[in-house]
Amino acid sequence: MMRGKPDEDDYWNSSKFKAFTFDDEDDDFTRLKESKRAVNSIRSLVEEEDEEDDVEKVSWSGEPVGSISWSVKETESSIRSTGEVRDQSFPKIHTAPSLPKNSSGYSLSSLFKGKAKTGSFQSFSESFGDPSIRNYAPELRKPKSEYKDYVSDWTPEETVKRMQQGKVYSLEKFRSLQDKLLLLDEAVNAHDGNVITAVLIYLKKSLSKEILFRELITREIALRHYIHYLKEIGEQKLLVELFKSMDRTEDMALMQYRDHLNVRDENKRRDFLKNCLSFPFSPDDATHVQDHYTLLERQIIIEANDKQVESSGQADIFKKYPRKASILNMPIITTLYYSCFYHYGESDGTFSSPANIRKTFRISDKQFLLTCLGARAKLKAWFDVDALFTTKNWLGYTKKRSPIGFHRIVDILQKNNAPVQVLQDYVNLVEDVEQKISLAQKYKCHDVIINTYRDLKDRQQLIVYRGKVEKGSSEYRKIEEILSNSQLRWKN
Amino acid sequence: MAHSVRRDAPELPDFSLLKRLARDQLIYLLEQLPGRKDLFIEADLMSPLDRIANVTTLKQHDVDKLYKVEHKPIVSTSDQLCFLIRPRIKTVKWICDVVNADKAFGRFRRYKIIFSPQKFYACENLLEEQGIFGDVTTDEWSFYLLPLDDDIISLELPEFFRDYFLEGDQRWVRTAGSALHLLHSVYGPFSKVYGIGRCSKMAYESWREQVEEGEQRARQAEIGNVFLIDRDVDLVTPLCSQVVYEGLVDDIFRIKCGCVEFCPDVTSSDKSIKVMLNSQDKVFNEIRNEHFSQVFGFLSQKARNLQTAYDKRSGMNIKQMKTFVSEELKGLKQEHRLLSLHIGASESMMKKKTKQDFQELLKTEHSLLEGFEIRECISYIEEHINRQVSMVESMRLLCLLSLTENGLLPKDYRSLKAQFLQSYGIEHLLTFSNLKQLGLLVEQQPGETLTVMESRVGKLVNDKTAGKLTDAFSSLAKKSNFRALGRRLNLVPKSDEEYDLRVPRDMAYIFSGAYIPLSCKLIEQVLERDGWTGLEEVTRMLNGHEFAVTAGSNGSDARVKTDSQRIILVMFLGGCTFSEISALRFLGREKGIKFIVVTTAITNSARLLESMLDNHA
Repeated sequence: MMRGKPDEDDYWNSSKFKAFTFDDEDDDFTRLKESKRAVNSIRSLVEEEDEEDDVEKVSWSGEPVGSISWSVKETESSIRSTGEVRDQSFPKIHTAPSLPKNSSGYSLSSLFKGKAKTGSFQSFSESFGDPSIRNYAPELRKPKSEYKDYVSDWTPEETVKRMQQGKVYSLEKFRSLQDKLLLLDEAVNAHDGNVITAVLIYLKKSLSKEILFRELITREIALRHYIHYLKEIGEQKLLVELFKSMDRTEDMALMQYRDHLNVRDENKRRDFLKNCLSFPFSPDDATHVQDHYTLLERQIIIEANDKQVESSGQADIFKKYPRKASILNMPIITTLYYSCFYHYGESDGTFSSPANIRKTFRISDKQFLLTCLGARAKLKAWFDVDALFTTKNWLGYTKKRSPIGFHRIVDILQKNNAPVQVLQDYVNLVEDVEQKISLAQKYKCHDVIINTYRDLKDRQQLIVYRGKVEKGSSEYRKIEEILSNSQLRWKN
Repeated sequence: MAHSVRRDAPELPDFSLLKRLARDQLIYLLEQLPGRKDLFIEADLMSPLDRIANVTTLKQHDVDKLYKVEHKPIVSTSDQLCFLIRPRIKTVKWICDVVNADKAFGRFRRYKIIFSPQKFYACENLLEEQGIFGDVTTDEWSFYLLPLDDDIISLELPEFFRDYFLEGDQRWVRTAGSALHLLHSVYGPFSKVYGIGRCSKMAYESWREQVEEGEQRARQAEIGNVFLIDRDVDLVTPLCSQVVYEGLVDDIFRIKCGCVEFCPDVTSSDKSIKVMLNSQDKVFNEIRNEHFSQVFGFLSQKARNLQTAYDKRSGMNIKQMKTFVSEELKGLKQEHRLLSLHIGASESMMKKKTKQDFQELLKTEHSLLEGFEIRECISYIEEHINRQVSMVESMRLLCLLSLTENGLLPKDYRSLKAQFLQSYGIEHLLTFSNLKQLGLLVEQQPGETLTVMESRVGKLVNDKTAGKLTDAFSSLAKKSNFRALGRRLNLVPKSDEEYDLRVPRDMAYIFSGAYIPLSCKLIEQVLERDGWTGLEEVTRMLNGHEFAVTAGSNGSDARVKTDSQRIILVMFLGGCTFSEISALRFLGREKGIKFIVVTTAITNSARLLESMLDNHA
């Protein structure tokens, strides 16, 4: 992909970090002309600030040099001479705000429209129509000269617009609560998350949290931006307070619980989880968190014990199958599997015994069987596997039972490389005859097939099957024997 | 449109222009920091950068060494550091640490951050708070759109999905609007815009405002119509297993920025190979949209043809041989290479899929889509969880169950959740909370009888009031209404009918004939009706927010049916899958139109669900 130019090779050798490749593409600069034309048509992409807004902008560069910057400069000048195409304009569609804008019950936006340089007189008069408003907007009565020091005199709408366009703006003049909220609502109306967050950052700095929280309750969209922002900058404590003040206790609990992921040390993590138990989770989640704590507590005990046993070389099982990883922070089922693997047959009084884990974490019969089966089959402990299914009735007869279909059991055993002798016992237990035969054929359990055909008195199939097995083999002889048995009454 | 005479599909516009634009702007920005500098690049910006520039380009503009952003202390010795990053708090925090460490060390350097595609105030605020605002200059690289293929353009913003749909953060709305604006400026003017979804509506508004703010030149439109769609209008489709070749490759090997890495298993050598997958690859181009079952046949036919072409050599004289070598051999060798790659990939996928009982999995999925034998599906999912098979796969099935059934019965929800946590870790409590928040996996509320009530009330009162009522109801429980939508739009063909995958009759072929993707069906319907008329019931079930607008107030003039009118740009907000793109290509062939897919990112079930995980620090 990369042509081995000498200078590039040099580069890769000199970099201490992992290299990555760029596909060489034709970088024909004559084509620049064409792209320049396209650049012309997208003004906002490369444009700098409007000149009149150009305030102090820190830049390391002197004059941009080289062809590219020159071309972009030219782009700018050519942009202004382009003609307008107005008849292509699209209509505005109503994007309904999902919640009522303002909780204070009256709109103040009209006031600020009146204050703007190019303010609309209609709204100005509207505001005078309601005498009560004046009390809430004392600044309006101040002489105009007092505003001189302000950098700008933009309405919330204009301010939001400028922020969207990346122009200079100023939020300092939004000092009254009403002004602040108007600004926030305007940002929400503009649908620009970046600006909404910017306004929220300003409100976070300039309002007490109680007031801000109170106002956010009725502003769902702004609230979600605020929550996301706090999450991103990691202001956990404030977030917890926010949820608390809004009575979102379950969110609060989960939020705090999440923090356990940041606790590396297992003992500290366990203590952290213990502390979580008092959080207001939903009843179901509370059980799960309790489980989480219990699980880690036991894993720590098991881990310490097994590590010691393993290193001392006392137990055969660890010598034969050294542990690949620690059991800490593994899921419940993995822990159960581990316990079925290394601690099978322990009395259910010990934390590490399968029975204890099963009981403590309310593991279903089906789940228990599946996990246990997997572990014992892996160890090729076929006797244990057998015992899993054997039940005795009160007369002492034994019978094999399973909460899951025996065809599944066969599947799992086979995946664990069970020998045919073991497999066929379970294939035999499959109830559906067709399924039994197809499984038996898949895993070459000849006896099962032959016996089944015999029981079905299906002479034809048996003859067909004779053709499939090796001549002179024990299976072959068995079929011969059955076929020559004159006692049998064949159906065909 | 359906019954009009099918003409040759129009030519697609040339999108390589977008790449040149982005490259030129990057060069311009690099020149803003003259002199030698080291460049740190955000990991997920590297592949997109690969597609538009190369090391030589960067070196020509005084870039000395390149590093990947790894959120670790740096080892650079350069006096100037340039950071090319996404506007992420985490990355900016890291830069703050780098700069402050330098300061503490008494080391002077110049720093520049180039945010792509734009900067956020929250990032700048962090610079200010960390006391390095002014020490660091910032810029924006408006690299909104990366053409991945002739008809696919990506914003490469996978976080769009989580940010908007889960967190409710609208930070990317304007970005989407700007991307549209760019396309409009270069390939427009558009004459019609259709859309559905709250985000689509906002993106439209943002775009419209930007058009009004700027000026426009009269030019010949290359793209006539636009369709905007929110990902949450249809969450079922991206959660289905993909069985069309390109989608399957993405599900199994993960295509990244139009490029896939085939493991040694596929290449039958000792190393893996990176391969570009696009229309330039002649073999791939012919199979990408095919159902997987058809691919083997095609490839072996192709292999036979190749053999014949090679065999021609035997009877040749010297002169013929010379021509053969100079003219044909190279092409044949190239084809040979591609063919063996795709055969290798097919084999490897086949092996993987048989190992995990793919057939049974598909059967369960199809039953869910059809609403058939749900209890069996639930026990299949349960066993899947019990056996600790792939966590994401289990989650996918649970979400499909919930979406198609309008939520799980409380009893099932509790038991499946408990078993899931036992198998995959209790910290997935957080994942469940996210899935619930987004409406991907929910518990049926006792008030679910509302549906019945709603339809009764709906009949009694007039439409307008009914609409309001629905809003009220839908805010109580966000429902997917999948079954009703399926019936209304005929999304699930009768299962007793044979479906010939060799000759697909509709878009359902991308899911073996079991399901027509809702997203694509909506697009088809709206284009056919030239709006949403007649689809009122459908949009009501989808929570509304549909729109159809025409440029200019005098849009009634009989528009000339130029080629551009038959080029439809479809923008997916929140990602789209390769299967959906295949379905749209099929639809385009049927109707004699061409679709251009613009997406915030290419997604699939795994990416979508992984973005919901919260199980790591």
